Amino acid sequence: MATEVGPTPVKAPASGGTPVHHGPKGVGEDNKILSQGKWATWLLAPTIIALAVVIVYPIISAIVMSFQKDAGLDPATGLFTAGGPAGVQNYVNWIAQQCSAPAGGTVACPPGTLGSQFWSATATTFFFTVVTVAFETVLGFWMAMIMARTFKGRSMVRAAVLVPWAIPTAVTAKLWFFIFAFEGIANKLFNTSILWTGSEWPAKWAVVIADVWKTTPFMALLILAGLQMIPAEVYEAAKVDGATAWQRFRLITLPLVKPALMVAILFRTLDALRMFDLPYILTGGANNTTTLSILVINQIRQGFNAAAALSTITFIIIFLVAFIFVRFLGANVVEQSGATGKGKK
Amino acid sequence: MTAATSSAASLRAEQDRGRRKAQNKERWAQGRTYISAAVILIWCLAPAYWMVVTAFREVGFTYDTSILPTHVTLDNFRTAFDTSFGNRFGQALLNSIFIGVVVTLISLIIGVFAAYALARLNFRGKFLVLGFILGASMFPGVALITPLFQLFTNIGWMGTYQALIIPNISFVLPLTVYTMTSFFREMPWELEESARVDGCTQGQAFRKVIMPLAAPAIFTTAILAFISSWNEFLIASQLSSDATQPVTVAIANFAGAQPNQIPYTAIMAAGTIVTIPLVILVLVFQRKIVAGLTAGAVK
Repeated sequence: MATEVGPTPVKAPASGGTPVHHGPKGVGEDNKILSQGKWATWLLAPTIIALAVVIVYPIISAIVMSFQKDAGLDPATGLFTAGGPAGVQNYVNWIAQQCSAPAGGTVACPPGTLGSQFWSATATTFFFTVVTVAFETVLGFWMAMIMARTFKGRSMVRAAVLVPWAIPTAVTAKLWFFIFAFEGIANKLFNTSILWTGSEWPAKWAVVIADVWKTTPFMALLILAGLQMIPAEVYEAAKVDGATAWQRFRLITLPLVKPALMVAILFRTLDALRMFDLPYILTGGANNTTTLSILVINQIRQGFNAAAALSTITFIIIFLVAFIFVRFLGANVVEQSGATGKGKK
Repeated sequence: MTAATSSAASLRAEQDRGRRKAQNKERWAQGRTYISAAVILIWCLAPAYWMVVTAFREVGFTYDTSILPTHVTLDNFRTAFDTSFGNRFGQALLNSIFIGVVVTLISLIIGVFAAYALARLNFRGKFLVLGFILGASMFPGVALITPLFQLFTNIGWMGTYQALIIPNISFVLPLTVYTMTSFFREMPWELEESARVDGCTQGQAFRKVIMPLAAPAIFTTAILAFISSWNEFLIASQLSSDATQPVTVAIANFAGAQPNQIPYTAIMAAGTIVTIPLVILVLVFQRKIVAGLTAGAVK
């Protein structure tokens, strides 16, 4: 099992379960690791097995499916054909937007079909991701800075930010659908008459606004937790040395909160890349608000295997983004979430 | 002499002015904090408040803009539970509670053991396991749904409770393991050590000393797990039937008496019913929930 793999360096827990040994490792220590390893295998086995069943099996199954042809009526002969191996046809279908033609071979997917929507769905997904995460980061940072100050009613504000987070996304979507209704409060408040879910850009901004409202609190709380780990003495020392507020923010707050901030941004980015509920309920994916996840769901009833190929592409995109974050931008999630307990208060 | 006193006086005046300036600056900064706090409060609460107010408005006053509700009625709550338009909101509430409880229990029971091992034991491949579980928590739901849709169609599980519970565990279990791991790491483990010195086995020490200490953390994790399961929509929207659909799906598909009319007030009433217990839970256990939310991510 995974617990046996590799010579991964094992760091001692901060407050060791067995008395913490400093200095060179003795023979007894090795035995202890072995016996703890046996314990760990037993304790971890249920979780690993459960996740293997609910995640690893579907991944492998989806990849296998994505190389199969979908069963269906052959438009040329009018007969029902079984699937069979498809090679990379399903992937070509999406990425090159080449659908199989009635006469055999492939043609460019006609507009309006799901096959023709791959790149626009990808663009929409990335638009939502970049814009919502940018807003959430800036707004969340600002909210965290306010909540980190001491003032009367601070605990009330901290409680209030949990309210949007606690409301289920499906309810959030319906709520904003109502707010953005033609006769709804958004139009009345700003004295506009926008058909919010009726054309492309208002629909996109409606999704962005609802998502920012719902998830900024989560961002703010993660950043606040990072802010609170900065010792106050650092700020006092900087003040004594005559640093301005802006200098203190740029030279102390930002670098010290960066690890927490990067983790928060990574979490939110991966969440936004798989966005489904909000646009699905708020706009139904109309007016170019179809994300990759919505496209997969729309495809399922037209053909499992093509949907499997698309979901595999989505998975790879998300995996690549996570990899880039961890590798190049220094969001060391595992270290942060910490097997070591280092960097604790 | 006089020059000295006058210069001393002017010095004092100067100091006074400086102090007042600093005080004003302080007061101004404090004022800005309060204004910002008010903006945050309004931004977070106003839309939710609008849902609750609308839930109490008579249908004819759906688009009323008065801040305090006029034409108050409880009809919308009755309409929400009305089954004559094909809505099964009451059943959906029971479904959500059932699914949430089962998912939370399963995830906690196996997740707590994993978290204990990750927080307390030294073994090879720990980072690999942590990475695997973290990866699992970030996994896109759509990548699961296609194979599950086919599998459940083939074995006749479409629309059953187990078809909703099993995939849900893939979202909730990693969350449980992460939150519990960071809670476990902060516990006073000296107690376990002294219990072991007194002759307890590791298992006994875990059961008799650690579990009671961990009870509050387990409770918090249970709330987070339940809320996460309560929120689930993607899997449920595809794999549930009318009889097993949870509240999120019921609310998304809410139908009114006329086909083209959206029963907003009833939907807002349903939304209020679905949300209020969560909000109360969250407000009561605010501190613990914030600790749980941020523990897995930042510490």
